[in-house]
Amino acid sequence: MLTRLSALIIKELLNILRDPKSRTVLLVPPIVQIFIFSFAMTMEAKNIHLGVLNLDAGKAGFELVQRFQEAKTFSHILTLRGQTEIAPVMDAQQALAVLVVPVDFSRKLETGATATIQLLLDGRKTNTAQIVRGYAQRILDRFLADRNPGAAGRMPAVMQTRHWFNPNLEFMWYTVPSLICILSTVISLILTALSVAREREMGTFEQLLVSPLQPFEILLGKALPALFLALCSASLLLGIAIFIFRIPFQGSLTLLCGALVVFLLAIVGIGLFISSLCMTQQQAILGAFVFMPPAVILSGFATPIENMPHWLQTFTSFNPLRWFLIIVRGIFLKDMPPGDVLTNTLPMVVIALATLAAAGWLFKRRME
Amino acid sequence: MMSDNDHRRTGRGRRLRALIVKESLQVVRDPSSILIAFVLPLILLFLFGYGVSLDAREVRLGVVLEDTGPEARRLAAAFHATPFFDARTALHRHDLASDLTSGRIRGMVVIPQDFSQTLHAPGVAARVQVITDGSETNTANYVANYASGTLATWMSQEGLTTDRATAPPAVMVPRFFYNPELDSRNSLVPGSLAIIMAIIGTLLTALVVAREWERGTMEALLATPLSAVEIIIGKLVPYFVLGMASMAVCTAVAFFLYGIPFRGSLVALAIASASFLLAALGQGFLISTVTRNQFIASQAALVSAFLPAFILSGFIFEIASMPWIIRVVAQVIPARYFVTNLQTLFLTGDVWSLLRPNVLILLALAGVLLALTLKKTPSRLE
Repeated sequence: MLTRLSALIIKELLNILRDPKSRTVLLVPPIVQIFIFSFAMTMEAKNIHLGVLNLDAGKAGFELVQRFQEAKTFSHILTLRGQTEIAPVMDAQQALAVLVVPVDFSRKLETGATATIQLLLDGRKTNTAQIVRGYAQRILDRFLADRNPGAAGRMPAVMQTRHWFNPNLEFMWYTVPSLICILSTVISLILTALSVAREREMGTFEQLLVSPLQPFEILLGKALPALFLALCSASLLLGIAIFIFRIPFQGSLTLLCGALVVFLLAIVGIGLFISSLCMTQQQAILGAFVFMPPAVILSGFATPIENMPHWLQTFTSFNPLRWFLIIVRGIFLKDMPPGDVLTNTLPMVVIALATLAAAGWLFKRRME
Repeated sequence: MMSDNDHRRTGRGRRLRALIVKESLQVVRDPSSILIAFVLPLILLFLFGYGVSLDAREVRLGVVLEDTGPEARRLAAAFHATPFFDARTALHRHDLASDLTSGRIRGMVVIPQDFSQTLHAPGVAARVQVITDGSETNTANYVANYASGTLATWMSQEGLTTDRATAPPAVMVPRFFYNPELDSRNSLVPGSLAIIMAIIGTLLTALVVAREWERGTMEALLATPLSAVEIIIGKLVPYFVLGMASMAVCTAVAFFLYGIPFRGSLVALAIASASFLLAALGQGFLISTVTRNQFIASQAALVSAFLPAFILSGFIFEIASMPWIIRVVAQVIPARYFVTNLQTLFLTGDVWSLLRPNVLILLALAGVLLALTLKKTPSRLE
């Protein structure tokens, strides 16, 4: 039985690796994408175009505008001459924000009355607008503190901020480990979702069926090569993250590898389930697309799960990606203890067992 | 009298019309194109609408009450009362440290033993510490900002900061154009329409045309007197109509079901969608013509249609903030132009100075993709 199985596995591996186009699709995109996406996924705001309408003739207004000009966030300052220029500039996205310094800004600062400056922001870009608002507030705070150095000391209580696990909040420490999970999912799905449907369409599946192989052996013969190739790809991405991106790896590599195998088995199970459910490749690729974007959206990869409505949060428990993201981020940055890793691995074990069993059952049913 | 030339022209027109009719029938009869065009987008729109949100609320927070004085208790109560946090209290920091590691809380606020004493002591500021989970970078920023905000609000409620000395000399009043409540869904739903149409447009042509190559029906078409241009047009028209119909359904769902305002005109929306669909269909067409194999075409579609549109379109991650080389790459992602156009049409209106260049770039991208497809399509059989 073992020789039969190993022969099938070798045949499957050759089948995937023989075709140069197929090899390219497996190897090149994950490497290219981890480099591009790691730099692209940033929640900072840089190179922002800012419009400035300074109605204040005094010195303070000029100094404040100068602070904004010097700030690294704003790469381009657009000087406006009147209120009427604001709307066209904002509409056409020539500026993401417009700072309006009122006529009485300097005077009010001198007399001690509270001056009000306006910051108009582009609500089409909700996230960037909020970040820019935070930056602008900080620039104003520093400007005020420098004008009156004693004021800050008079606050009765101050908040000190510490960021654990990522003291400088490097965004890449967050994105690169997450991308390993996402790109491994794509690879595993590519390897499995179409494999059975393809053979069925080409007629080679019948040949397998008339061979002495048992249904679960055929299933293993499909699952193990895919698992092996996905593991290779994930290890490569892991290496890139640690050695090229220099993301600190605090936790246990053994724990991560164990969780990785379980996670990939779960995705392979889902892929094979889709594949054995579908009669044609068309249906199978549709199935893959019904799984992939929702799995990414409902994983906490781009936006936190906590922001979702509660009923949808419950639904995310069926998503293996959600659990694996917690583990990978946890092991990379937090040295997550084995107990926590296990808690997050168990749901993936259940998913893997359920999907592999379902795929095997479908296999058997289709064969009889 | 008709000249020979006229005969050829009307013949060609009739041939093309016949091909379009045949292709359309084929599309209508194929359940998978209907599934791709109408069922898949609705599933995705539903998930994007509820699953993608940047509006954090009730972030889980631990409050460590090392000081049991009345002021410290009232400050802790302020953290419990604010809608920004879902707070729970502990008496020692190490009770909560492991919760921060496991992700059960996203931050903790430590009110130290000497808080009540130093709060009223002249010349010293009482110190409160906020410790965040830096592994969730964005949430960490949120926790830090809102913790400071909660402390500031509490101080003014306690009457600690009402005197002249601590009143701020200047305040900044933000105003959000187009989306005054700053509801992230208003910008995310139009953006997600672009991502969904990127998937649909690419899938439609990538899969179906690759299947024709595999089954040999493409060769059968090439053997007819039809030129490669005519074949491409004949294939494109039905999928284009299907894609536009799909876009119309999605827009209606966004408007009626999600209540996203629509401030542009339908004409502008049609132009923006048409130019984008041409580019997306062109991408799928090129994939299927280059691979001529469903298996590899679908792999390429899976790799190229979803993640690049999701990450490099400015839908969530701001393109201006990316390093220049990534900004160059993002220039050739059709979805980014469509995201901007849709967000503008939904929330702002017909801003032609913004829409026009984006439409032109999309048409240029579509032109390049279709020209490459044409180049890869043999005009006759070898």
